[in-house]
Amino acid sequence: MNHWIILPILLPAIVAPMLVLAVRHDVVLARVFSLASAVLLVLVAGILLGLAVNGGPHIYALGNWAPPFGIVLVLDRLSALMLLLTSFLAVGALLFAVGGADKRGRHFHALFQLQLMGVNGAFLTGDLFNLFVFFEVLLIASYGLMVHGGGSQRLRAGVQYVVVNLVGSSLFLIAVGLIYGVTGTLNMADLAVKVATMEAGDQALLQTGGLLLLLVFAIKAAMVPVQFWLPGTYALAPAPVAALFAIMTKVGAYCIIRVHGLVFGEGAGEAAHLIHDWLLPAALITLVVGMTGVLASRRLGQMTSFAVIGSMGMIMVPVALYTHEALSAALYYLVHSTLAAGALFLIVGLVAERRGSLQDRLVVGPVFAQSGLLAAGFFMAAVAMAGLPPLSGFLGKLLILDAARDVDANVWIWTAILASSFLAIVGFARGGSTLFWKPSAMEREFDGVHEPAGGAVPFVAVGILLAGLVMWTVLAGPATHYLDATATQLLDRQRYIDAVLN
Amino acid sequence: MEFLVASAVGLMTGAGVYLVLRARTFPVVLGLALITYAVNVFLFTMGRLAVNLPAVISDDAAGYADPLPQALVLTAIVISFGMTAVVVVMALRAYLEGDTDHVDLADPDSGDEGDRS
Repeated sequence: MNHWIILPILLPAIVAPMLVLAVRHDVVLARVFSLASAVLLVLVAGILLGLAVNGGPHIYALGNWAPPFGIVLVLDRLSALMLLLTSFLAVGALLFAVGGADKRGRHFHALFQLQLMGVNGAFLTGDLFNLFVFFEVLLIASYGLMVHGGGSQRLRAGVQYVVVNLVGSSLFLIAVGLIYGVTGTLNMADLAVKVATMEAGDQALLQTGGLLLLLVFAIKAAMVPVQFWLPGTYALAPAPVAALFAIMTKVGAYCIIRVHGLVFGEGAGEAAHLIHDWLLPAALITLVVGMTGVLASRRLGQMTSFAVIGSMGMIMVPVALYTHEALSAALYYLVHSTLAAGALFLIVGLVAERRGSLQDRLVVGPVFAQSGLLAAGFFMAAVAMAGLPPLSGFLGKLLILDAARDVDANVWIWTAILASSFLAIVGFARGGSTLFWKPSAMEREFDGVHEPAGGAVPFVAVGILLAGLVMWTVLAGPATHYLDATATQLLDRQRYIDAVLN
Repeated sequence: MEFLVASAVGLMTGAGVYLVLRARTFPVVLGLALITYAVNVFLFTMGRLAVNLPAVISDDAAGYADPLPQALVLTAIVISFGMTAVVVVMALRAYLEGDTDHVDLADPDSGDEGDRS
């Protein structure tokens, strides 16, 4: 047993109470602790990635209780990749917050660490009930982060967000109850074994449970028809929080790959390919709805939120196909879209801060501070998000299109991806030209504008995320090599089951 | 007993869903509470209904009640109770700051709005 595996959960779990109890009155110390924890998490995730590359899923049985009876953490290539992505995004978002956003409310850093703990736990856990518990941990922290800084509009969006997620959690519990009722286990590997030999009489309950789980994960992943909560939440959340939330939709995508791929995948008897008929149409509609929203948005934050919805559709299309090439393409695009969305949300925050009462509305206003630098950053992030060459969005879309070449619905998939890319390009071009291009001729000042806080630090944070995008593009070769091996591991269900149960 | 438990779960869920779909925060909070009660009772039944059976090993027991749902439902109760408290506090703050307890968001481009940061 390798004790490194539990560190991504333990480290933030220890730092968070320390931030509340010991350094609550000292902003500088809190920032140092929080940033140090995030940087350490990147290192730990790197070590775990090295571990995951060597051989098949690694198991950490808590209290040394043998699975399926105890709680088990599972580290494979997919979870190691997600851990690294989370911690990298967290460093960027935290650095941005250190520029001044963390002082607008209390306990920002503690909540941030708890959120990281929840996300890391969801990526590592090997059983359904702990997945629920870690979902709750990350949600409770996100409620606090979402309303950080206050403001009546943001608070009301926060209430909406809490209500939607509470209903989602209730559905999760019902699904868990149904599945436990017919199988008598909640360990994912054990479930995969039991589901394969399920009697015909229990299939109805089991499949209802499986589809309810899909609905719960779809709420998290913001897929049509349960995407409506996302634009309000993400557009009104503080910028560094919105950037961190970019990983939360991916938690939903990860859970669909993990749970439905493992338990209801190939070889699951009558329940095999349970979600196949539902996921592809939902993903295509999500893609089109999201990118149409980009075109229709009246604020930059809203536009970015709809782009997040669209990119979730883009990820779920290859996940629905669930072939080797498709999975590899989905994961490549998943990493790319997380970094792009994170960078875009940070840039939106910087722009809104500089435009006084106009905030991020897409109306022409006077020139604002550092307009050129922000325009360059926005241009780069928008190019990535819309999937234009030379950045990784283009490569990701190529991989997805290639993986969808020989399937039955290829006409639909190609049409949806190409048309939605066009919508995204037009939308972002309109937004960028309104905010950065047209203002040059105007003379008057903003009302209510104040000197932007934080100096260069927020720009460094944006730079880190954009540099991550460039790295992901330059290193596309080694990355796809790693992702191909990840896809192979995901499709080899027996190896996962053997690793956990034996 | 099956009928009683099943209809109780169904009734509470139905009432809860109706209340959650209301436009103001107070009925929504009540609806959420009802739904979580229904879910907790439902979780109990997932280990099958049993009367007067021990959950731990005893020599003269005819059978055993499944102990796992009882542990799970305890976790679920704690979490749902805490979440209800959170949503009450947030709804109160939103009401006090925004002077309205409607759940829906106003059109962001009309009237005043909160600070972005």
